Amino acid sequence: MSSTRTPATPAGRPAAPARVPVTSTRSPMAPARSFLWFRRIFLTLLAGFVLVPVYVMVSSSLKPLADVTGEFRWLPSGLTVRPYIDIWSTVPLARYFVNSLIVAGAATVCSVVIAVFAAYAVSRYDFRGKRVFTVTVLSTQMFPGILFLLPLFLLYVNIGNATGIALFGSRGGLILTYLTFSLPFSIWMLIGYFDSVPRDLDEAALVDGCGPLKALLRIVVPAASPGIVAVAVYAFMTAWGEVLFASVMTNDTTRTLAVGLQAYSTLNDVYWNQIMAASLVVSVPVVAGFLLLQRYLVAGLTAGAVK
Amino acid sequence: MTTTAFKEPVRQAPSGVAARAPRRPGRLRRLSLPYLLLLPALLLELLVHLVPMVIGVVMSFKELTQFYIRDWGTAPWSGLGNYQVSVDFDAPVGEALLHSFLVTVGFTLLSVGLCWLIGTAAAVFMQDTFRGRGLLRALFLVPYALPVYTAVITWVFMFQHDNGLVNHVLHDQLHLTDKPSFWLIGDNSFYALLTVSVWKGWPFAFLIVTAGLQNIPKELYEAAALDGAGTWQRIRRITLPSLRPVNQVLVLVLFLWTFNDFNTPYVLFGKSAPEAADLVSVHIYQSSFVTWNFGTGSAMSVLLLLFLLVVTGGYLLLTSRGRRAADV
Repeated sequence: MSSTRTPATPAGRPAAPARVPVTSTRSPMAPARSFLWFRRIFLTLLAGFVLVPVYVMVSSSLKPLADVTGEFRWLPSGLTVRPYIDIWSTVPLARYFVNSLIVAGAATVCSVVIAVFAAYAVSRYDFRGKRVFTVTVLSTQMFPGILFLLPLFLLYVNIGNATGIALFGSRGGLILTYLTFSLPFSIWMLIGYFDSVPRDLDEAALVDGCGPLKALLRIVVPAASPGIVAVAVYAFMTAWGEVLFASVMTNDTTRTLAVGLQAYSTLNDVYWNQIMAASLVVSVPVVAGFLLLQRYLVAGLTAGAVK
Repeated sequence: MTTTAFKEPVRQAPSGVAARAPRRPGRLRRLSLPYLLLLPALLLELLVHLVPMVIGVVMSFKELTQFYIRDWGTAPWSGLGNYQVSVDFDAPVGEALLHSFLVTVGFTLLSVGLCWLIGTAAAVFMQDTFRGRGLLRALFLVPYALPVYTAVITWVFMFQHDNGLVNHVLHDQLHLTDKPSFWLIGDNSFYALLTVSVWKGWPFAFLIVTAGLQNIPKELYEAAALDGAGTWQRIRRITLPSLRPVNQVLVLVLFLWTFNDFNTPYVLFGKSAPEAADLVSVHIYQSSFVTWNFGTGSAMSVLLLLFLLVVTGGYLLLTSRGRRAADV
């Protein structure tokens, strides 16, 4: 797995550039043998650790029920796609799926738009309270979710009683909640991204008669689109995977996958093959999206983490 | 509202050369525009985070039991009563909270340490290109990309007593245990939780450290290599010190996320966590929603927040001073 491209072959190597006295015939930049061995062992073990649950998920989803009720088997006795058909009728998975799509989709779009505006303000303007804003927003990340779960629960219930706007138990309430979860990190990462877009570009646009918002939309946003994509992926993942608020703030019609998936395990017979199939169906969109776009996320983190 | 602030000059544009001056954003607009841009973010943070936090603090001073939930304004004040109950370590409620807190501290330290170690090692080992690196990196990010609940449900299956993989391997195949163990109840549940938490958490450290490594100039390594530094020495003398600012943030974030983690234990154990793995988030959730005593639950949450504030402040102070001293 880990053959490195070492430029120097010990034997047939012509005279090394004699600038520096090097004791071995290997290039000084070539990794040490012990390093290579250590790396090989470590990465193999780690890959195993990561792969086993993934393998269990995939293989069990294709097993007949008998294989998952008795003693665990590494290899299925036969392959079947039955679980993938049954999952839709055992619990109302399609409804959960639609709910999750609506909630996560709407939260992502709102969160990205709001984060773009906020990050642009912080990146391009000097104003009073800038530091207070960034510190406050980032520090909300450290609040235990449980601390504002109870008050938010009461707040939504009371807003509902007072105004008739149903936030509690509705998708709207959940969207509102989730979009603020991804907001701090999104703003922070986009600030880094926007800072890396040369100011001259949007200043030139301003001189040409663009308004600041036009400059943002025409110049900065396209230039920072990888960062925006990364932030969107992050926001979607956050909303798609949240359990705590979903378990308190949804009812039977608005239930999302995070809570709905647990419905399988509360049935009298636990169909593990179906649970694994459902987990896989639920995971594939996010994992695929993430892996396709992870390059941008790393780039965004690099831009944000330097500072 | 933000759009009107900017449309105005555009509308004025056709009115000739005289309109050129107001075209450029005026002083007032230049001052207010950043605030307008921040407004949506600010309002939402206020609604969902800051106002509820203030309400939470107020609630912690009230006797907020199930009778007052619908109309919590009428709940009687209880002064420090909820706090007294929470920190009275001789009584059952306080004792349980203290136990849960200690379990959480132990769990967090172990989990963060392991996540950081594995993530950093993997990132450093994968700094140089080799065949299959891209594939391996994608694989390593899978646990992070998986929705928490699907990952944890898979582990629940693996930890099953009769039909799980873990007992099959440890008992049936390797014969390490006399009889199949219970993983999701009893003392073993702590290790089960730790395993899942590390499996799920280390890729984040890997991701951040990988990003941090890309900021280390290649020339540093070349210079060190020409000076005769070996691979391990280069890692110790260049890589690790260069990562210090990244690590400062990374360890803090990992700590806060792990300490506050609710999703993993909740999906792993369901509504009632075993005592050995009774993390404080789940503990507060349970004691609030089982007894519907939101007052005591809020007091516990406030205590938790105070603890996190002190730890975070102390940590930042210590690490920043260390960094400044190192720079001198």
